[in-house]
Amino acid sequence: MFDHVDLTKLIFGRLTLEAIPYQEPILQITFAMVALGGLTVFALMTWFRAWGPFWRDWVTSIDHKKIGIMYIVLALVMLLRGFADALMMRAQQAMSFGDQAGFLPPHHYDQIFTAHGVIMIFFVAMPLVTGLMNFVVPLQIGARDVAFPFLNNFSFWMTTCGAMLTMASLFVGEFARTGWLAYPPLSGIAASPDVGVDYYIWSLQIAGVGTLLSGINLIATIVKMRAPGMTMMRMPVFTWTALCTNVLIVAAFPVLTAVLGLLSLDRYFGTAFFSNDLGGNAMMYVNLIWIWGHPEVYILVLPVFGIFSEIVSTFSSKRLFGYSSMVYATVVITLLSYLVWLHHFFTMGSGASVNSFFGITTMIISIPTGAKIFNWLFTMYRGRIRFEVPMLWTIGFMITFVIGGMTGVLLAVPSADFVLHNSLFLIAHFHNVIIGGVVFGCFAGITYWFPKAFGYKLDAFWGKCAFWFWFIGFYFAFMPLYVLGLMGVTRRLSHFEDPTLQIWFVIAAIGAGLIALGIGSFLIGMVVSYRNREALRDLTGDPWGGRTLEWSTSSPPPAYNFAFTPRVHDTDAWADMKAAGYVRPLTGFVPIHMPKNTAAGFLISVLSAVFGFAAIWHMWLIAGLSFVTLLAAAIIHTFNYARDYYIPADEVVSTENERTRLLGTQG
Amino acid sequence: MNAPTMEIPAAAMAISAGEPKAADTAAASNRFLVLEHHPENGTLLGFWLYLMSDCLIFACLFACYAVLGRSYAAGPSGADLFDLPVVAINTSLLLLSSITYGFAMLAMQRKRMQSTLVWLAITGLFGAGFLYLELSEFTHLIQEGAGPGRSAFLSAFFTLVGTHGLHVTFGLIWLVTLMVQLGQTGFTPANRRRLQCLSLFWHFLDVVWIGVFTFVYLMGVLP
Repeated sequence: MFDHVDLTKLIFGRLTLEAIPYQEPILQITFAMVALGGLTVFALMTWFRAWGPFWRDWVTSIDHKKIGIMYIVLALVMLLRGFADALMMRAQQAMSFGDQAGFLPPHHYDQIFTAHGVIMIFFVAMPLVTGLMNFVVPLQIGARDVAFPFLNNFSFWMTTCGAMLTMASLFVGEFARTGWLAYPPLSGIAASPDVGVDYYIWSLQIAGVGTLLSGINLIATIVKMRAPGMTMMRMPVFTWTALCTNVLIVAAFPVLTAVLGLLSLDRYFGTAFFSNDLGGNAMMYVNLIWIWGHPEVYILVLPVFGIFSEIVSTFSSKRLFGYSSMVYATVVITLLSYLVWLHHFFTMGSGASVNSFFGITTMIISIPTGAKIFNWLFTMYRGRIRFEVPMLWTIGFMITFVIGGMTGVLLAVPSADFVLHNSLFLIAHFHNVIIGGVVFGCFAGITYWFPKAFGYKLDAFWGKCAFWFWFIGFYFAFMPLYVLGLMGVTRRLSHFEDPTLQIWFVIAAIGAGLIALGIGSFLIGMVVSYRNREALRDLTGDPWGGRTLEWSTSSPPPAYNFAFTPRVHDTDAWADMKAAGYVRPLTGFVPIHMPKNTAAGFLISVLSAVFGFAAIWHMWLIAGLSFVTLLAAAIIHTFNYARDYYIPADEVVSTENERTRLLGTQG
Repeated sequence: MNAPTMEIPAAAMAISAGEPKAADTAAASNRFLVLEHHPENGTLLGFWLYLMSDCLIFACLFACYAVLGRSYAAGPSGADLFDLPVVAINTSLLLLSSITYGFAMLAMQRKRMQSTLVWLAITGLFGAGFLYLELSEFTHLIQEGAGPGRSAFLSAFFTLVGTHGLHVTFGLIWLVTLMVQLGQTGFTPANRRRLQCLSLFWHFLDVVWIGVFTFVYLMGVLP
């Protein structure tokens, strides 16, 4: 009997050497580049003896500012991967006509468009937004950290481990070929028996835990930890949008967890939720995933509305026009985002009355969104506008997003949607709002808060280059897709027969090239700014003439953020303090209560990733072991009660004295 | 941040800078809190938020059951399979465990360690009994050929009831861990907070079970 137990199978599951795609040249080159890059980083870290500080100051850090920065670094790295996918798709579609097959076989092309969507939404846009919220929100509400600092570290590492699993699929096995939402029955075990969909499921489940916990964390932070005097209607608009976004996260991500859980039960245990036989119902998957998916787009865009609100008011040197209408618009969008999910599948036959309901609710969303656009315009009206880089992104956003919004309203008409559904028109629409909204907003936010995080501004020349390349590149890349979509070209095709379409795809490919220059300019700008950091240095902590509390402390802020917790008397707390002739206190410092660093979050996340990898490859022995270890590690962590400490008053005094000295040199 | 669980070290209190001057101290201004700010602890709010997110997972599973609950695929239905007397015993075990957890909380309020631990142990036993009955029901169904892969109805049934059972299992692990921690460190603020969170969790599972009992079992045996 026992010789039937296959030890290799138990340990390696279905992982064999054939799973490593060493015969594909594109992947060979990619692997060589990644390996080279990895080795260089490893060598440099070792050379500069950076491993110890990296572990102590970053990996185990529970400081919300460092976690926020790490989220953004993760997002920028993943942006390069996701954008490489985009370039390959644009190149393939520009050349694959008639007899030309292009350079990507369909099997590979299908993985690329799936990975592009998954990476851009989950591992670029989400970490960008979460990173900015993490960095900015506690500073804006005058808090020392978030409500649950350990969970914050844990959330970040879970997100990173999810991203790493997605990246692993590049070199070990393959990724899903199903599109970014993995509709069954295509994603079922019969149509997709390989590991691609399992990589998809486990990456998103692991990252999803991180996102959910960070959502809970930020809600508790905003509700419980605001500085005294900061009532709800005195919160900065970015904090308001962050609150609404995190409410959406907590109310939407469990649905994703549940629906992906059901899909994995179908794949692993042969249940019949979404199967074609035994009474399953694949439409239920589509409904459930969009009940998460539609709020998800508002999760991404609401904080960005907050960023633009901060920037417009700062760079127009004015109080934001219509603060309360802005707040109410945000809340209304939050509620409405749950009432529109069906517009993603009007064509699936729900009937005229259901389609009309969801068409109308969808169109209604444009009302609060329009109110926001007018508020921003009225803030600029008769303002003393400074056209700094963040403001350029904001104006670019307002133009682009309005166009995207209008095509959205067009798609919300069910009868029009029957023509445009799944066409390139749809692709152009959602890139129009996601690039024009989320990406522009996050670049604006990064440029705006960069001096707060590092103490010097980003170089303006390269910032402007980045903006103009992105802005013009976007129109070149996506306006042709509107045209193609109206002509009836559907999405996710890797080959075309009609040669008259080619010119539009060539224009789109040129646009993608321009965007590549935009990304390049942004990265060059980072390097140039670092080299010129002394010239770009800001010692005041308030380089833009900001209006909210984060600008009242030093840049970068000390570990404790504020030596004394500010009392808030007005909406724009820092503008109010400046107007009242605020004097920075120099004495009377007391010890400050802070949370302690811990490695638990990192370790538990790595164990989760090992478990996920083992589950993907059916390595049941390793899966079992890692799950038990995971549980044990979590329990052991609860036995650690010493989670906080006091920063002694001496240390606060010396930090604050140093700031006084620097402010003095400023004159 | 957690509420302070340690005393402020005397050395740290020593303020090195000289006498405060009128204009430049925080005390002289209504712009700052002079003392260290300890915001209200957010753990209970955070835990409530977690519970509501968990509740949404159950909502999805209930919705699936509502859609698929009559898709028998020519297989057995709830009326054929469910043994209501066993489920009644099961339900009473879980409801009783909620009451005994309540007694544990009352004992905690009176700072009686021994009786807190005893009530927690009884709660755990009820929970374990519940799980035992549920698992034996599951094995019985699977042996009869009515496993989760038989029909969409059974997939939805096993997933909904099984997810609840999984929660009870984690609750039991948590309960045992917490009993050890209570024994080790006593009624510290952190431990009292944890007991409160587990209490919320335990009662939440009870509420979900009432939904399962009504919606799956009672309505399932209707023709």
